[in-house]
Amino acid sequence: MFNVERWQEIFETLRKNKLRTFLTGLSVASGIFILVILLGFSKGLENGVRSEFEGDATNLITVWTGVTTKGYKGLNPGRYVQMKNDNFDLISEKYKDNIDHKSSIYSIWGAQITYNNESVNYRVRGVMPGQQFIENASLVSGRFLNEPDLEESRKVAVIGQRLKLDLFKNEDPLDKIISIFGVNFKVVGVFTDPGGEREEQQAYIPVSTSQKVFGAGQDIRNMLFTIKMSDNFEEATQLSNQMALAIENELKTIHTVAPDDQSAVRVFNRLDEARKIYSLIATIQAVFWFIGIGTIVAGVVGVGNIMIIIVKERTKEIGIRKALGAQPNSIIGMILQEAIFVTMFAGLFGLVFGLGLLELVGPQIESDFLKYPQVNFNIALTTVFILVFAGALAGFIPAYRAAKIKPIVALRDE
Amino acid sequence: MITIKDLHKSYHMGTNSLHVLKGINFNVNEGELVSIMGSSGSGKSTLLNILGMLDEADTGSYVLDGVQIKNLNEKIAARYRNEFLGFIFQSFNLINYKSALDNVALPLYYQGISRKERLSKAEHYLEKVGLAEWSHHLPSELSGGQKQRVAIARALASDPKVLLADEPTGALDTKTSYEVMELIQGINDEGKTILVVTHEHDIAQMTKRIVNLKDGVIIDDSKVEQVRATQYV
Repeated sequence: MFNVERWQEIFETLRKNKLRTFLTGLSVASGIFILVILLGFSKGLENGVRSEFEGDATNLITVWTGVTTKGYKGLNPGRYVQMKNDNFDLISEKYKDNIDHKSSIYSIWGAQITYNNESVNYRVRGVMPGQQFIENASLVSGRFLNEPDLEESRKVAVIGQRLKLDLFKNEDPLDKIISIFGVNFKVVGVFTDPGGEREEQQAYIPVSTSQKVFGAGQDIRNMLFTIKMSDNFEEATQLSNQMALAIENELKTIHTVAPDDQSAVRVFNRLDEARKIYSLIATIQAVFWFIGIGTIVAGVVGVGNIMIIIVKERTKEIGIRKALGAQPNSIIGMILQEAIFVTMFAGLFGLVFGLGLLELVGPQIESDFLKYPQVNFNIALTTVFILVFAGALAGFIPAYRAAKIKPIVALRDE
Repeated sequence: MITIKDLHKSYHMGTNSLHVLKGINFNVNEGELVSIMGSSGSGKSTLLNILGMLDEADTGSYVLDGVQIKNLNEKIAARYRNEFLGFIFQSFNLINYKSALDNVALPLYYQGISRKERLSKAEHYLEKVGLAEWSHHLPSELSGGQKQRVAIARALASDPKVLLADEPTGALDTKTSYEVMELIQGINDEGKTILVVTHEHDIAQMTKRIVNLKDGVIIDDSKVEQVRATQYV
C-alpha cells in the first residue's frame, strides 16, 4: 500500500488516462456533493423552524376572543365576547396545578411614547410578571415587573432594547420618566427578546395599571399560559391539548357562546403546533436522508460499474502485464488502489466543495424557515469513507477476476 | 536450455475436442536461433504459448534452464515469465498510454527494481534497438517497425534466458521485417537463445535451425545455413 513505486505507477496511469479518472471522480464527487447539500438544507430547515419557535415559550397557550358568529340560548350572533379579570383568575385557579407561568394582557397598539423630545409610536402591553418567561425575554438591565407593581398598579415600565435605543440613545434609561399618551411611567428595566426587533420595540407595564390608565375597567384582551412540561413530549402535548380544550369550553360556558362557534373564543395551542411542525421536519429529514442514502448507493453502483468497465478496457493491458511477470496480487492491488485513491480524492473534493458552498451561501439565505444550513462534518466524512469502502468492494470483484484471466486470453482481447 | 518431451495439448470447444499438439519432442541449446514453422492450425503458436508459460500443456514434460515447469500456480508462473522469458508478439502488445521508455521499463518494475535504475536500463536497451531519440513517444506515434523494436527492447530489458517471438514480422512489410530480423540476429550473436514462430520461409531462413510442424507433430527438424538479414537491408 505504501510502496512508492506502486504509487508512481498509479499516478502515471491516472495522469495518462485523464478522462477516465475525471469521470470516475465526477460521479463520486457529485454524489457526495449532493448529499452534503441535502443534509445541509435539512439542518437549515430544522434551524429555521427552531428559531421560529424560539421567540416565545413552546409550551404556550394563548387565548383571545372575537365576535360570535352563531346565535345561542337566545343571544344574537355578532356579539363581542369580552374577557374580564375574573375569567382569568378563575382559569388560573382552576388549572394552577398544570400552569407554569401566566399573564393576562391589556395592550395598546401604536401608543405614543415620549422621552424628552424623542417620541415614537409603539405597542404598550399591560402584562403580568409571568410575561417575561412566556416571551423568553431576558433583562439587559434593571428588573422586570413584579407582583407589587401589579397589586399597587404602579406606573412602571420595562422597555425593549429597540425602544430604549430610539428614546434614550446611549443614555441610561433606568429610573427615567417616559410618558405614554401623556401619562408618566418610570423605567425600571430593559429587556431583550429572541423574537427579534418587533418584540423589542414594546414597553411592558402592569396589566392593572394599563386597565386603569387606559380606562379598560376589568377588560383583558388575551390570556397567556405556559403549561408545566413533563419530560415526555407526547405527554406534554396531550396535557396541553386537554388544557386548551378545557379553557375554551370554560370560557364559552361563562360567556354563553355556542360550543361550535369557532371565532368567539379562540385558544391557540403552541405545543400542538410545534409537535405538528417538528414531526413534519422529521419527515422531511427522513426523506432527505433517504435521498442521500439513495445517492450514495447510486454512487457505489456507479463506482462499481466504472470499475467493471475499467477492468474490461484494461484486459489486454492486464494480459501484457501478466506476460511481463506481474503477480495476480499486484494486478488486484493496482486496480483497487487506483480506485480507492480516485474515490477518496473525489469524495473529499465533493465534501469540501459542498461544505464550502454551504458556508458561502448559507449566511446569505434570508428565509424564516431556512437558517444556517450546515452539515455535521463527521457524518459527511463517514459517508465519504463508506463510499470509498463500498466502491473498493465493488471494484474488488472485477479486479480479482481480471487477475485470474489467463494472459493468453487477455492478450487475444482486442 | 529447453527440453520438451512428449507434449500434448487439446482444446475443448463445446462438445468438440481439438487435439492440437500430439506428442512434441525437442531440445533447444543455449545460444540457438530456432524458427518454428507450419501452416496455420499446425500448433506452432500453441507450442510457443506453452513454452512461454502463457498456456499449460495437458501432458508431457517441459524443462527450462534446469527448472521443471509443471503445476504452476499463477504466482510462480508470473515469476518464471519475468525471470526466464522475454516475449515479442505479432501485434507488439505495447501499453498504449505509456511512452516507449516506460514500456521497456515495465518488466523491470515487476522485478522490483527502483525507478531510476529501471529507466536507465530501459534507455540502454532502447539505444540498443536504435530508438533512443524516440524514448518519450507513445506507441501511437511510432511506426510498426519502431513499435516492434520497442517490444524487442522490452523483451530484452529483464535479461531473460530465452526470447520467444510469435510472428514478429507478421504485421510488418518486407523491408521492415528484415530490419527486425537483423536486430534479432544481432541479439542472437550476443548469445541469447531465441525461438521464432513464423510461416514465412525467408524469415525462417534467417534463423539457424527450422522446426517444421504439421498437424501437431514435428515433421522436420534441421539446421540451416543462416541467411544474414544485413544483405537485404
